[in-house]
Amino acid sequence: MNEKKELRLSIPKEEVLQPGHLACQGCGASLAMRYALKALGRDIIVDIPACCWAVIDGPFPYSATNIPIYHTAFETAAAVASGVTNGLKAIGNDHTTVMAWAGDGGTFDIGIQALSGAAERNDDIIYTVYDNEAYMNTGIQRSSATPHGAWTTTTPVKHYRKGWKKDLDSIMVAHGIPYLATASIAYPEDMIKKYLKAQKIKGTKFIHVYAPCPTGWKSDPAMTIHLAKMVVETNIFPLYEVENGKYKINIKPKNRKPLDEYLAMQGRFKHLPQEEIEYLQKTFDEKWEILLKKEEHFG
Amino acid sequence: MKTVMNGDFAASYGAMTSDVKFVAAYPITPQTLIVEKLSELVADGELDASFVKVESEHSAMAACIGAQAAGIRTFTATSSQGLLLMCEVLHWAARARLPIVLANVNRAVAPGWSIWADAQDSISQRDTGWMQVYAENNQDVYDSILMAYKIAEDNDVLLPMMVNLDAFFLSHTSEVVDLIDNDKAKEFLPAYDPEYKLDPKNPRAFGALTSPEHYFEFTYKMFEAMEVAKKKITQVGKEFGDIFGRYYDMTESYKIDDAETVLVTFGTIAGTAKESVDRLRKEGKKVGNLKIRVFRPFPAEQIIDALKNAKRVVVIDRDYSYGNEGAFYTEIKGALYDANLRIDTYGMIAGLGGRDVSTTVIKEIVEKAETSEPNKTYFIGVKK
Repeated sequence: MNEKKELRLSIPKEEVLQPGHLACQGCGASLAMRYALKALGRDIIVDIPACCWAVIDGPFPYSATNIPIYHTAFETAAAVASGVTNGLKAIGNDHTTVMAWAGDGGTFDIGIQALSGAAERNDDIIYTVYDNEAYMNTGIQRSSATPHGAWTTTTPVKHYRKGWKKDLDSIMVAHGIPYLATASIAYPEDMIKKYLKAQKIKGTKFIHVYAPCPTGWKSDPAMTIHLAKMVVETNIFPLYEVENGKYKINIKPKNRKPLDEYLAMQGRFKHLPQEEIEYLQKTFDEKWEILLKKEEHFG
Repeated sequence: MKTVMNGDFAASYGAMTSDVKFVAAYPITPQTLIVEKLSELVADGELDASFVKVESEHSAMAACIGAQAAGIRTFTATSSQGLLLMCEVLHWAARARLPIVLANVNRAVAPGWSIWADAQDSISQRDTGWMQVYAENNQDVYDSILMAYKIAEDNDVLLPMMVNLDAFFLSHTSEVVDLIDNDKAKEFLPAYDPEYKLDPKNPRAFGALTSPEHYFEFTYKMFEAMEVAKKKITQVGKEFGDIFGRYYDMTESYKIDDAETVLVTFGTIAGTAKESVDRLRKEGKKVGNLKIRVFRPFPAEQIIDALKNAKRVVVIDRDYSYGNEGAFYTEIKGALYDANLRIDTYGMIAGLGGRDVSTTVIKEIVEKAETSEPNKTYFIGVKK
């Protein structure tokens, strides 16, 4: 009972993200920003490359966030944030949080070079990738974050995506950054805790947020939270942190749910034959085992 | 304080005298000495700035955009392929109206790999919205950087400025440079304090989605700013001269009052051209030189005024717009046409890929103009 009360209070009441933004119904990315800003507050500068959020915040002269937002080129989220944070430090501002906020295309693909550069220099930024697993803003084209088996407009049903989602989290851990976390919008308390922790750490913090996209996934907008929960319960997207190289899994489902239901709720997987579903299940289970071993050995 | 230094160091000291607070740069020959010297100046505490050693030129400009947007004076330097990689973010800096200053060492574009002088790199970035200066000597490099901040940061301008210097002829050649005392420099160029910046106390969104209803006006405002910049460049050049004794303008005329043949040159070729003018005059030829120091904004009025009495206008381009002619040649002709001046013009493409344009070559160019059909382009010294 007490625990429940504490959890509820752990979400700050203040809404930084305002109504009137341009997200689609059931957009996971808008909830991601809402929770991130609740945690991080208003002493912040956020840069946003080409991605859904380039639109969601609103066209000139509007902005739904009422914080300083810098729209920038597709591959420059990390580099612009590096410039802001190091520039502010050069004039003695050590308190303003600087965050790059990018989609999976801008992070896993075109932005990975600048991200790697910022991480290698350990520039003092929070880098968020809100992952909706394809180029949604441009019309659902596959990215290297698109999962095996998924339909997109560049991996049509007959030639659905084959190959595994790039393991960007491991790539980021290999950079030796002080903090990495995965988060899902279905777990706001967990997500907010992670942002609060990231804000206190100096250096490059990488937060990978799972953000369902009803438009691109062909899912019911009302089911966004449900999907974001199921992805954790199925071990497809485990919630964990890596702090200075130490792994900690935040949620270990007692009975891992089979992924059939998760797949069935999304039109993008409708075409999948049974053997592919079995293959996905087997592989996700293996990946989960690897993560458990990482926690065991590097916990 | 007079000291001897190469053009790259002059660029580094130009940034230091301008009291930049942020540098992001990536090394490329022959710009490397600029970043090496700046690293040293920052590490030694002589320059109180943050130096981010980025992983590419694209990120160098992106990082400068971030810092400058946060209200911090920034500097970067590059050359050739590096400038080309920046292309997208050069546009971004200009349309975001960020007064970033960049030193570009003019170097040829590959393939084949060439590290030598050629203006193809910056000419190909002509339409990015950056103001462009072409330096004649190392003092010009140093002074131009200080003036660039003053012009770029003017509230009615707010456009980035690129100071170009020729590879090796300036970057690696030592000359006397008179350095300006820091306090005097601060009087000339006050601290950067923009009206609009990324500021949590005054939150704004910059660069958002812009519909046809507004985009057009943003471009029109850049047109207005460029028009203002023309006046400011002249004004700042005079102010600089009044304080430091060295006067600058968008163009520089040399012995053109009675000249029948006027050479139009930029960069280091302008220096050689002036020497050539003296030599040719000794041979009895009435030759003059018009140096184009600023290419963007384009000083059409000054050019018309300088060329109106010429019989022959000979433009030397160390660049070539594939499928047409030299970029300067095209634009000079445009200016003459607007002024209803029908003068014989000659487009002379010379010195590509670092080939020397000596007084002998310039003499050859003048003779070629005297004996060839006008209103045509000629490649000088092509080996058959």
